[in-house]
Amino acid sequence: MTQEIVIAGFGGQGVLSMGKILAYSALMENKEVSWMPSYGPEQRGGTANVTVIVSDKRISSPVLNQFDTAIVLNQPSLDKFESKVKPGGILIYDGYGIHKPPTRTDIQVYRLDAMDIASQADMKKVFNMIILGGYLKLCPIVSIESVMNGLKKTLPERHHKLLPLNEQAILKGMDAIGK
Amino acid sequence: MEEVKLMKGNEAIAHAAIRNGVDGYFGYPITPQSEILETLMDERPWNTTGMVVLQAESEVAAINMVYGGAGCGKKAMTSSSSPGISLKLEGISYLAGAELPCLIVNVMRGGPGLGTIQPSQADYFQTVKGGGHGDYRLITLAPSSVQEMADFVGLAFDLAFKYRNPAMILTDGIIGQMMEKVVLPPMKPRWTDEEIAEIAPWGTMGKPKGGQPRIITSLELDPAVMEQNNFRFQAKYKQIEENEVRYEEMNTEDADYLFVAFGSSARICQKAIELAREEGIKVGILRPITLWPFPTKRLAELANQVKGMLTVEMNAGQMVEDVRLAVNGKIPVEHYGRMGGMIPSPDEVVIALKEKVIK
Repeated sequence: MTQEIVIAGFGGQGVLSMGKILAYSALMENKEVSWMPSYGPEQRGGTANVTVIVSDKRISSPVLNQFDTAIVLNQPSLDKFESKVKPGGILIYDGYGIHKPPTRTDIQVYRLDAMDIASQADMKKVFNMIILGGYLKLCPIVSIESVMNGLKKTLPERHHKLLPLNEQAILKGMDAIGK
Repeated sequence: MEEVKLMKGNEAIAHAAIRNGVDGYFGYPITPQSEILETLMDERPWNTTGMVVLQAESEVAAINMVYGGAGCGKKAMTSSSSPGISLKLEGISYLAGAELPCLIVNVMRGGPGLGTIQPSQADYFQTVKGGGHGDYRLITLAPSSVQEMADFVGLAFDLAFKYRNPAMILTDGIIGQMMEKVVLPPMKPRWTDEEIAEIAPWGTMGKPKGGQPRIITSLELDPAVMEQNNFRFQAKYKQIEENEVRYEEMNTEDADYLFVAFGSSARICQKAIELAREEGIKVGILRPITLWPFPTKRLAELANQVKGMLTVEMNAGQMVEDVRLAVNGKIPVEHYGRMGGMIPSPDEVVIALKEKVIK
């Protein structure tokens, strides 16, 4: 099994860290993994994206232009990556600020209004975990347990009190996707 | 068993430097390699192994600090990205001329000039064909994974000290910035003065009592002597070419066609191989691990087996010249590349193989 994922949005939305958490979770399950960010000046205020590959086999290219799943969090990212989802693949987008929704019919499109959920539930800081939860509901490539273990490993101890909030956010995303 | 970690290629270089008992790192920040210096500063190895980590005032200062450290028989290193490496070239030529071992890491970005900060492989010529002045060679290792970033630090120093020659790790923004699984090398202590005296008896550790003064210099005013020095260098380079060629082959057993690519391009080609083989195209890859010495012999052998080769490089066609020299006209050798920080996609590479080589 190989999952090739791109996550894209505005710098500051937690795109790179969502990818990192996914990568660490895969590491916890002893899977092969690569995490390749777009790096550079475009990250501040502009769009950022990260390619995460999780596989049972040795990973060949860490850079791709076709993805099993695209998770897009703003209009420029949607414009850029909608066409790059493999036929039959998955596109997850947050409806916030989207004025040109996706049009493809040969892929599975899911709208997950995580931005709205996050503001209503006072979860703005863990917005990206709502998205991650939605994705993991559709593609359970790693268990929530591994995500939590990965978080524990990457978060400094002083932030461990935030772990339950992160878990709630994941569950909220799982619950909301596809509704 | 050592713990499997997830980290960036740049971070792996920094951790491997500490673990290989490097005495000094001298650098100046530049994207996309700044994490090497940052990680070293975070790790504070001066408190543990005694390793010096210094942000110099410029790239030129940094390479000359390496020159000074290496002249004392110490394990010294620096890192930079393309424009910064250009600044270091004078010092690199001096290091080669004075026959000093050291490690230089180049995490390449798009050029020429200040260029972009995105990945590139356009410094191949600069690295393997000179760069600095004079007839010198750099032992050049091209990692294609984060694991190799970690492994090649030790290998580079081993080779550098074995042959008293500077070694370079030539990589790019993809391998530097990406995170992968890595097992770091075991912790080795820095060499003691006694060990240095044994391993690098030429080092300027103070004049031994009754012995000859040791002089480290690349200057020789007598051309006849300088020519003799050059003969000695050339003999050494020949020895390196005979003994130190390293490469990896994948899917070559039944291959009709061959990709030749190094570093991150080789990873992209591996995906292209998966795609091409789904279509029934039998293609393999030879990935040079040492760019100098180059796997000339093996490429010449493979030219008897495959019908054509395609080099895939993030440049306008540099390594392709060395592949053509190796193949010597026996079969067509074509090049496909992207420039200026653009990255070829695996399907682009398959199309290039079909259009340029298979036809």
